[in-house]
Amino acid sequence: MSTFAELDHDDVVIATEIVGKSPRELAWMRFRKDKVAMFAVAVIATYVVVALFAPVICALLGISPTRLDGAALNDYGLPNGPFGNISFEHLLGVEPGTGRDILARLLYGARVSLMVGFIATFLTTTIGVVLGVVAGYKRGRIDAVISRMTDLTLAFPSFLLIIALTRPFTQRLEAIGVPEGNPARLTYIVLVLSLFGWVYVARVVRGQTLSLREREFVEAARSCGASNSHIIFKELLPNLWAPVIVIVSLSLPGYVSTEATLSFLGLGMIAPAASWGVMLGDSVKYYRSDPTYLFIPGIALIVLVLAFNIVGDAVRDALDPKGDRQNLL
Amino acid sequence: MNSDIALQAINLVKYFPTGSSGLLGRPDKSVKAVDGVSLTLRKGATLGIVGESGCGKSTLARVLTRLIEPTSGQVILNGADITHTSGKELRDVRQQMQMIFQDPVSSLNPRHSIGQIIGMPFTVQGQFDKEATPVRVRELMKLVGLNPEHFNRYPHEFSGGQRQRIGIARALALNPSVVIADEPVSALDVSVRAQILNLLEGLQAELNLSLVFIAHDLSVVRHIADEVAVMYLGKIVERGPAATVYTHPAHPYTKALLSAVPIQDPSSRGGAGRIRLQGDVPSPIDPPSGCRFRTRCWKAEALCEEQEPLLTDDGSGRLVACHFPEETPVAIGNRAQ
Repeated sequence: MSTFAELDHDDVVIATEIVGKSPRELAWMRFRKDKVAMFAVAVIATYVVVALFAPVICALLGISPTRLDGAALNDYGLPNGPFGNISFEHLLGVEPGTGRDILARLLYGARVSLMVGFIATFLTTTIGVVLGVVAGYKRGRIDAVISRMTDLTLAFPSFLLIIALTRPFTQRLEAIGVPEGNPARLTYIVLVLSLFGWVYVARVVRGQTLSLREREFVEAARSCGASNSHIIFKELLPNLWAPVIVIVSLSLPGYVSTEATLSFLGLGMIAPAASWGVMLGDSVKYYRSDPTYLFIPGIALIVLVLAFNIVGDAVRDALDPKGDRQNLL
Repeated sequence: MNSDIALQAINLVKYFPTGSSGLLGRPDKSVKAVDGVSLTLRKGATLGIVGESGCGKSTLARVLTRLIEPTSGQVILNGADITHTSGKELRDVRQQMQMIFQDPVSSLNPRHSIGQIIGMPFTVQGQFDKEATPVRVRELMKLVGLNPEHFNRYPHEFSGGQRQRIGIARALALNPSVVIADEPVSALDVSVRAQILNLLEGLQAELNLSLVFIAHDLSVVRHIADEVAVMYLGKIVERGPAATVYTHPAHPYTKALLSAVPIQDPSSRGGAGRIRLQGDVPSPIDPPSGCRFRTRCWKAEALCEEQEPLLTDDGSGRLVACHFPEETPVAIGNRAQ
């Protein structure tokens, strides 16, 4: 071993590199140890795969979300067999009144739910992170404007507004070229959820940025001549992923259930298109004669939301090992 | 302009606006963090700046490095006025002057590997080279006594002393001529302090650095500085060659600070004993009139309240801002003439 502070170019060895674990790798290691969370991830992955391949699965099983199967219904319009006519032909039974296959509708409904959830989460996160970082880093007037905007948005009775604006806004969207009917309605839901959702992300990110910007590594970057964009994207953002991932994993199920709620209330998708909310809304009419119909979309929704929440909690635990709850028990 | 001078501060002032301002209108008060500080750092020399917490040391460091805009005054680096440079010129200035930070935990980005952290100055200066930069970073790591094999490790895998070495390597990356160290050893274990101090001294000699060394610990500064400036409430109260200031402090505040340094044999203090200052440092928002130290000074008289003492040479190359400086051998000698 040569003495310290001795400059010797030939001595610079690259061959035997010691590879350290980044904070991200450490968090991933902790996350992998959480069996329940890994199971929840598998559940979510199954939902996503099934939703993506819904047409293929339906074709393989010979079912369709829109075909009316009158033969499966009795004279009163209720499914023939027990438990909503669960059979080999219709694995989860048929819809009362129409005879449409419930499994097929569930699969297609998953596409709508997940699409709304993912797009709304993507939009809110992007807008929220950008505005939050800028507000927190720049401070001053820009911060004041963005913060007042978040306050204003939070003060809005958003749910009432979403309901009230459905008609005029879907019409507006159709007028500017969005296909009529369900596409326009879905676009409206995604847009309006994003409009009210970004503030939660922005507030958290702004708060984190406020404390991060005072750290000396930011000053170190500035004292080396770093530009604002270098500081925001290279120094601050890598430190913001942890809270952002947690918000994402907790807000996504929120959007999924909001979509279901709106469809349930008749403001989202409308039949014959399938959505879990539409199915739930429809099934309420038959809850005495055919309770199976109510349970199927309900359980599907609960399992998805629960899986996301478990993953969100696990991510938070993995990123913040000091808040170890197991030690508290 | 004297070409022997690396860094010069002329009458630097930094006020931070504060106080209750309405929704509109300007803040009516200000914290006078640095209030008219003049300094000179000779090339290859070390200037120690000491003072207790809140006296404006760190603000001064940040004004000197242009991390904070001064309210007024001038900063001159290697003969060029850098007080108001911006854009590309400022980026060039930053190459010549770098900073070592106090907190080894918060001064390194926890999400970046050591290689990325030490290579960051090259990236932001647009000098990143896929092949040359990693080699240079490994050289720097060796230079500060780190194992170059730790290139891909992350800050949380290092101890405080090692982290501070990483910070030093980053500061040296761009080959600066002036390095400003803001309490580089305050957050370290006593056992590690000496290592880092020796490293800094060694590097200074090796790379011919001009060093501004800020500390609240006089014994640390004594170890490393050629010249010492003592700050109190945003002003320099005494400045001069380290040997003179340490052996014969002229300002009462310096004397009090020195008497607070623990020594092995208290009886060797020459019977003077410890000077215990009464009360707290006054608020920098509303500093006392006249001499700022008068509220805690045991020699204060009416004159101290009315008139602010100016930094004046006592004949030995040492400047002191006091109406009634301590009798020192030099001053006594001067008076006898």
